[in-house]
Amino acid sequence: MAQAVDQGLKRLGRDAMAARVAQDIPEGWYVNLGIGMPTLIANHVADEREVIFHSENGVLGVGPAPSKDAIEPWLINAGKQYVTLRTGGAYVHHSDSFAMIRGGHLDLCVLGAFEVAENGDIANWSTSENDTAPAVGGAMDLAVGAKRLWVLMEHTTKDGRSKLVERCSYPLTALGAVSRVYTDLAVLDVTPRGFEIVDMAPGMTFETLQARTAAKLTARR
Amino acid sequence: MIDKRVQSIADALSGIANGSVVLVGGFGAVGQPNALIDGLIEHGAGDLTVVANNAGVGHTGLARLLELGRVRKIICSFPRSSDPVVFEELYRAGKIELEIVPQGTLSERMRSAGAGVAAFYVATGFGTKLAEGKDTREFGGRAYVLEHALQGDVALIEAWQADRWGNLTYRQSGRNFNPVMAMAAKLTVAQTQHVVELGELDPEAIVTPGIFVDRVLHAPYGDPGEF
Repeated sequence: MAQAVDQGLKRLGRDAMAARVAQDIPEGWYVNLGIGMPTLIANHVADEREVIFHSENGVLGVGPAPSKDAIEPWLINAGKQYVTLRTGGAYVHHSDSFAMIRGGHLDLCVLGAFEVAENGDIANWSTSENDTAPAVGGAMDLAVGAKRLWVLMEHTTKDGRSKLVERCSYPLTALGAVSRVYTDLAVLDVTPRGFEIVDMAPGMTFETLQARTAAKLTARR
Repeated sequence: MIDKRVQSIADALSGIANGSVVLVGGFGAVGQPNALIDGLIEHGAGDLTVVANNAGVGHTGLARLLELGRVRKIICSFPRSSDPVVFEELYRAGKIELEIVPQGTLSERMRSAGAGVAAFYVATGFGTKLAEGKDTREFGGRAYVLEHALQGDVALIEAWQADRWGNLTYRQSGRNFNPVMAMAAKLTVAQTQHVVELGELDPEAIVTPGIFVDRVLHAPYGDPGEF
């Protein structure tokens, strides 16, 4: 059924979504990319554009993944993947790393999310649906600390529920923190009037997007 | 002459009492003091409160300490790992207490303990489940949560190089929580990959000065393993 509804609509794939975000990151910004899909954004920022990526575990200037024979076993990112340090990069300890985060020194953080509400609330750390222990990591620090918080996520869950909502139903990560959302269907700003459409995937119409979004949308003036 | 080097793991850990709060360095397997964790298992202290970013992988190291029932409570930001089976079983069975703390708050609570700050306000967590029951206050129109310093009885950390005064350097992202925990405990024990002569470390490059370190154990453990 979903396929029938999707006729004529070109949903963005994960890489295209990441590339769409990368396009909006100016040279010179210090940026933290959350675990999962946001990590892909770095692949779409050309090396010669000096965007400095930060990782919670004390790496400022994260470079691309190493080739297998060039792995440094002591150099990982917050997702515990092997990374490299770009020329000019630095190592710091955890308190300095989170001073960068909490102290408002990062220009941008991009996180994944379960839900984003029209008032900018974000829920991305616990669904309370299972009995495994909740794990917050650095999500709450990043959400309140970076100068801007963008979210990169699928527009709907696998069973078709909108992840953009009027009010979050999952436990909150931060209140009123999100300023922009990138999904496979659209880019939306969080404004005092709620979600405002910045642009849409090819073939998407306002009505179709509204039908898949559990919060009121406004078109950009 | 000051010489903080100890010759055995038993000497490194002597005096750790039941009921201690133990800070354990590392982020995943990187910078984790494996020799000291294994030593703590041998040592036998129980009823411990462990403060670490993660809650162990598989059935070795920290996970083994948990499995043996030595840990009453764990304070961490991210109890999940590639294989958190021991922790999750204990947690489901109600056999271990869990305090989840946002990662930056966890680090700052320890830094504060090391710096003589009793408590501090952060915006992190305001309005969320993790701030329930905590004091809040507004500064400059923004809401903050009161967080308390977290001091350890013992810190177990891993360094890259150490001298006999306990001056330490770290390797790449192996630094992580280690310098913070070194400041935050009554007894700080560092295992180090390399021991160097006093004076060999560039004073500009020493990350943890020896004032924060009580014991140094040479444990050339090699590269970090799996996470």
